Amino acid sequence: MNDIDRSRTAAGIAAAVASGERSARQVLDDHLARIDEREGEIHAFNHLLADEARARADQLDARIAAGEDVGPLAGVPIALKDNLCTRGIPTTCSSKILDGWLPPYDATVVGRLHDAGAVVVGKTNLDEFAMGSSTENSAFGPTRNPLDTTRVPGGSSGGSAAAVAAGFAPIALGSDTGGSIRQPAALCGVVGAKPTFGRISRSGLIAFASSLDQIGPFAATVEDAALLMEAIAGHDPLDATSIPEPFPDLRAGLGRGVEGLRVGLVEELQGGEGGFQPEVLARTREAADALAAAGAKVDVVSVPASTLGLSAYYLIAPAEASSNLARFDGVRFGLREERATTGETYDATRTAGFGAEVKRRIMLGTYALSSGYYDAYYGKAQRVRTMIIRDFEAAYERFDVLLSPTSPCVAFPLGDKTADPLTMYLNDVCTIPSSLAGHPAMSVPFGTGADDLPVGVQVMAPALGEELMFQVAAALEAAAPAGAAR
Amino acid sequence: MPGHISRDDVAHVARLARLQIDDAELDLFTEQLGSILDHAADVESLELDDVPPTSHPYPLQNVVRADEVRPCLDRDEVLAQAPSAEAGMFRVPPVLGEAP
Repeated sequence: MNDIDRSRTAAGIAAAVASGERSARQVLDDHLARIDEREGEIHAFNHLLADEARARADQLDARIAAGEDVGPLAGVPIALKDNLCTRGIPTTCSSKILDGWLPPYDATVVGRLHDAGAVVVGKTNLDEFAMGSSTENSAFGPTRNPLDTTRVPGGSSGGSAAAVAAGFAPIALGSDTGGSIRQPAALCGVVGAKPTFGRISRSGLIAFASSLDQIGPFAATVEDAALLMEAIAGHDPLDATSIPEPFPDLRAGLGRGVEGLRVGLVEELQGGEGGFQPEVLARTREAADALAAAGAKVDVVSVPASTLGLSAYYLIAPAEASSNLARFDGVRFGLREERATTGETYDATRTAGFGAEVKRRIMLGTYALSSGYYDAYYGKAQRVRTMIIRDFEAAYERFDVLLSPTSPCVAFPLGDKTADPLTMYLNDVCTIPSSLAGHPAMSVPFGTGADDLPVGVQVMAPALGEELMFQVAAALEAAAPAGAAR
Repeated sequence: MPGHISRDDVAHVARLARLQIDDAELDLFTEQLGSILDHAADVESLELDDVPPTSHPYPLQNVVRADEVRPCLDRDEVLAQAPSAEAGMFRVPPVLGEAP
């Protein structure tokens, strides 16, 4: 059951603020009070923007009092992952290499949130440059899971997931390259969605792996995630990979149910490598059963190449990262470790500015692209990517949406997986296949697993299939057992 | 077929990537990158000559706009964020005279 108090949802807040029933300032102050109370133990934010947010809320209240329609997110507090550029406001990617840098422009999504009437409360912590699955790879220290502060919130958008789970903001934005929205959403018991590649502009998102990176929403409810995605989606001339198709009215479809829809439970993502916990698999099967009980036709489907996704991803994403992160050289922005020559300055700046995981991925990517290894690693991975796309195409001929766990396990203790990078990478085994295919996918909380921690179920859809994906997600939300205690 | 990544390979790759790593890091990264590449053996060992590569999930097309002058980022605002700037330009230490 969706037991979220509507007055605390973005949809409820926007309606109350637009009608004058509540002021944007009052809503903001309620959230700032919760932040005051728990931020010290959780560390969701790299930068809290309380003063800016108060000024913004007061301005919105004045406009509303003057009879103006300020937009669909009127007075809704929102947290932004700290790899989204905000003009004149620190944007660090949780890296020392960008510490102190103030972007000269806003990301397109930030401008759209402003136009929609939202109030930015802060920039959230992440794994450095979005590389990680626990938010432990931050130069500014880890974020803790609000449901159990001895555990990680997932990552890389762990700060955004934790901010929503702790009630610091009803909605947040993250970025997802191989699961960085969906996995932390699952571990924090909230909804997280990634769109079809190209649906949401990436202008102003600091690049990690350009053929995979996408921005998307976190929210406590499927409706709020839809509301936020609608507010930021759509073509943008500033992003050359932005697609022209108009974005659907997701919220109109949320109540349609799943009668007659064909739902495929992905066979390869029900076990195997990754350390799948039995409770996680049980909740996923129960989610499928719930959809069947609501009238969907549920069957098991094979997507054979999905088992190769992890290996392909950990060659492709580092390869792209090694190229994208070449721009951090101490010349144009951020840190400079000045030496006698420019070349020595590059080396010293990058060595001092990047953390261990970023260095590891840059080196792995450089190796996968280097002479003599390109065909064996990067080239092969690109061909595997084609196989995964073909296998998904075959599956979507017979099914409207596909289902799997979001993460093989519930939130794990801090420090549990930091010693061995590969163990950490295995967290992404279920989320990577749709990332490689460029398909939309989202995580919906569905009951609890080990230690009463939340389990997320992943709904995947073919390209441009957001409408059906949200429709199925809403049905899962309605059928879900009560979530983890807050 | 490439085998395990060697210590020399890692040192070479670090130089290409403009990262300085000490001996202890070299040992650690050699082991860790080796284990990631071992995992990738499932991809590396496939015969896929008849499968075309995908570099991007959607076919990319060049996007062009009309060749008209329009506002861009403010130069002073951009340069104010640089570690060092002078006369409207980014300032860097000497480039010439470096070892290759």
